[in-house]
Amino acid sequence: MTDSTITTQVVVLGGGPGGYPAAFKAADLGLDVTLVDMEKNPGGVCLYRGCIPSKALLHVAKVLNEAKEASELGINFGEPTIDLNQLRNFKDKVVTQLTGGVGLLSRQRKVRFVQGRGEFVDNRTLAVTQGDGSTLQITFEYAIVATGSRPTVIPAFDLGSERIMDSTSALTLPDIPETMLVVGGGYIGLELGTVYAALGSKVTVVEMLPRLLSTGDEDLVQVLARQLETRFEKIMVNTQVLGMEEVAEGIRVRFRSPQGDPFEQVFDRILISVGRKPNSAGLGLETLGVAVDNKGFIPVDAQRRTNVSNIFAVGDVAGEPMLAHKATREGHVAAEAIAGHPTAFDPQAIPAVVFTDPEVAWCGLTEMGAEAQKRPVRVARFPWGASGRATTLGRSDGMTKLVIDSVNERVLGVGIVGTNAGELISEGVLAVEMGATVADLELTIHPHPTLSETVMESAESVYGQSTHVYKRK
Amino acid sequence: MTTDYKLPELGENIVKATIVGVLVGVGDEVTMGQGVLEVETDKAVIEVPSELAGTVSAVHVREGQEIEIGQLLLTIEESGTTAQPVAAPAKPAAEPVAKADDAPTPPPASESKPAAAPEPVQPAPPPASESTPVSEGELVAAAPSVRRFARELGVDVNDVKGTGPYGRVTMDDVKTHVRVGASSAAPRSTAQPAAESAGEMTKWGPVEREKMSNVRRATARTMGQAWSTIPMVTQFDRADITDLEQMRKQYGPRAEAAGGKLTPTAIILKVIGAALKRFPKFNASIDLEREEIIYKHYVHVGVAVDTDRGLLVPVIRDVDKKNVITLSAELNAIAQKARDRKLSLDEMQGAGFSISNLGGIGGTNFTPLVSGSEVAILGVARGSTEPVWMDGQFQPRLMMPLSLTYDHRLIDGADGARFLRWVCEALEKPFVLMLEG
Repeated sequence: MTDSTITTQVVVLGGGPGGYPAAFKAADLGLDVTLVDMEKNPGGVCLYRGCIPSKALLHVAKVLNEAKEASELGINFGEPTIDLNQLRNFKDKVVTQLTGGVGLLSRQRKVRFVQGRGEFVDNRTLAVTQGDGSTLQITFEYAIVATGSRPTVIPAFDLGSERIMDSTSALTLPDIPETMLVVGGGYIGLELGTVYAALGSKVTVVEMLPRLLSTGDEDLVQVLARQLETRFEKIMVNTQVLGMEEVAEGIRVRFRSPQGDPFEQVFDRILISVGRKPNSAGLGLETLGVAVDNKGFIPVDAQRRTNVSNIFAVGDVAGEPMLAHKATREGHVAAEAIAGHPTAFDPQAIPAVVFTDPEVAWCGLTEMGAEAQKRPVRVARFPWGASGRATTLGRSDGMTKLVIDSVNERVLGVGIVGTNAGELISEGVLAVEMGATVADLELTIHPHPTLSETVMESAESVYGQSTHVYKRK
Repeated sequence: MTTDYKLPELGENIVKATIVGVLVGVGDEVTMGQGVLEVETDKAVIEVPSELAGTVSAVHVREGQEIEIGQLLLTIEESGTTAQPVAAPAKPAAEPVAKADDAPTPPPASESKPAAAPEPVQPAPPPASESTPVSEGELVAAAPSVRRFARELGVDVNDVKGTGPYGRVTMDDVKTHVRVGASSAAPRSTAQPAAESAGEMTKWGPVEREKMSNVRRATARTMGQAWSTIPMVTQFDRADITDLEQMRKQYGPRAEAAGGKLTPTAIILKVIGAALKRFPKFNASIDLEREEIIYKHYVHVGVAVDTDRGLLVPVIRDVDKKNVITLSAELNAIAQKARDRKLSLDEMQGAGFSISNLGGIGGTNFTPLVSGSEVAILGVARGSTEPVWMDGQFQPRLMMPLSLTYDHRLIDGADGARFLRWVCEALEKPFVLMLEG
């Protein structure tokens, strides 16, 4: 039953970091916009169940680790006591504050916010089922689908046990398990594993592939892996999970070792983090005729338009990489396209950051990518052992590297591992986007003493010597 | 029966055009051959005629849009083929931009409540920008701001020659690219600022503004480009056409019987045809990029025609292979077509040389401008009877002033003088044509 109807120029389905920037941009460009999301405020997975709460917890982990490491500096805090309720409150407060802020921004821009679950009826109508069961029909001219993604579920491990968590439930911090198995050595597993390890859990990571973070360059990941080996109980690569069953003491997991031998171990909790998949089902896309590929992504053009000309798609649902900052730019592009502006999604570099300790970040062409393309490149590396700032932080475990076109010295990619790599990578993104040459990085004065000097010094090393590393000739 | 009308072939090498005017709307009756769109290519502004007759039931394009050959323009309810009378013109398709061809058929649900057909929402949104391709992978080195700037001007940044380190493209490079107009993407931002703003001019008296016609815009652009990119020289000479005039009058009726009019232009055209065979450089083009000269093995000559819409230059093909009577008939027909706005783009392209005859109006001489890929143009002014020193005395002779403007990058002064002298001699003693032409 249709309870009411509203008419809008642009409807945005999904209020995450793709959807709400799209809605805001469209409103800023003078369009009448309605934003539909299931939560009370915009924010999406990123603010409610992803980037933001995980970073709040990672900050806690960092504080704990630093307090522990302070003993090396001659300061002893003793064993920390952890008030889990207080910790959850801190994290929830961060989430409430940020989502509330986005809600306010939405009202200030006169974006109509509708809470509910939307489904397309045709290419002019979206039916939204609201909390009280009533239906709201939204008649629109353009729609932007920004429904995001969800953790991939492996049916064989879906035992219906509370002990088996995905990233969403792990972020609620039900308890601090004695032992925990992280299935999947990607960024989500490593970040949450870091949180639980800092809180005191014995964390084991199992990865089917030969190494962790398989999309990052090996030399960078190596630096992180060495650090994680000291924090985690165990890291098992080339190892398969054959099955799980719930037993009295926890979850018994059967593995196959790299040599092919089966073995078992019992864990208090399991975190399944084997990737995410796009939310493209159940939206009525088939009635619209919007194409969806075999992985569930919606193919889009440079303006983020789907095969149906008044329907756009942005963010995770529109393809890899599934990253919030990529979604945000896509949202802006879609809104500009709808407003008739000449616009295109044409990034040269989308940064990837893993917020572990140390952090790993890269953008543009990786060394691995260059090898795959058989593209001749020069690679310059600067070890953080030679960075004064890293030494003062007691964190020389880091490296900055540049991937450079071997002919014209254009900076094609930048990779950093080390504390604060996620902040440092932005300079690399700018360099790649601007088509900067190595000389541009070398000749730009970087403040001393900072970690950012490692970018300048790696550039110097391309031309022979960098100030703080002497290469024997 | 509704039929989709797509953009037909406009001419050789033309794949895109920009719409400068949509001449029909939904509900309009169109007849076969009626102009439905005015489009601008890098060559000229032309009218696209309908190849169907009937009632327009949907217009799928709008002014300012860039369209490609084969793109859907209109849906036309062909007359005489429908069962129902086409009384009420169909409402524009529900969606403002969504095109009938790619929008899915709405599910039956929406049909069951026709009353709820969406009212136009407030101010209709400006149409969504077009789908433009983005090259996969790596672009030429250019800052994001430069890439956006290029996009706004309709320039593919990959086509721009960068002057920065290792070919990095700067804002200025994009501007230069647009100014030189190396690509066919016709930028709209090259307009020079008016010398004085209207506000200043009104200080001196009342003024009035009028929108430029399409032909005027195209002319303004090609002439501006010609003036700023081609180093030109103009030479003058005079031909004694006393004898020729007599013959012209004598043989005029023969040409008229063939449907032409034996005008000086037709005769000059014949002479030019022969001259271009003899001096192939004047029928050539320059390829500076490859540092080559392109010689054409055909002789097509453009003839400037004054119309109420402005200057148009239809092209007469294979001038060297036609006699004067054929040429005069063709000239007559094509000039009429130009005045009736029936010229196709093809008929205005492919010239290797042009003639501009202002003799019918007057003037003692003028300096025409070389344009496009041509390297020379002949100007013809009004002939007059003058005293000429001949055989020891002054004699009254009919003298026709001629001017030849050429691209000095390819043609030297001596070449120009020789060419123009030969043309004069051929006009003075048509026997030369038989001997050397």
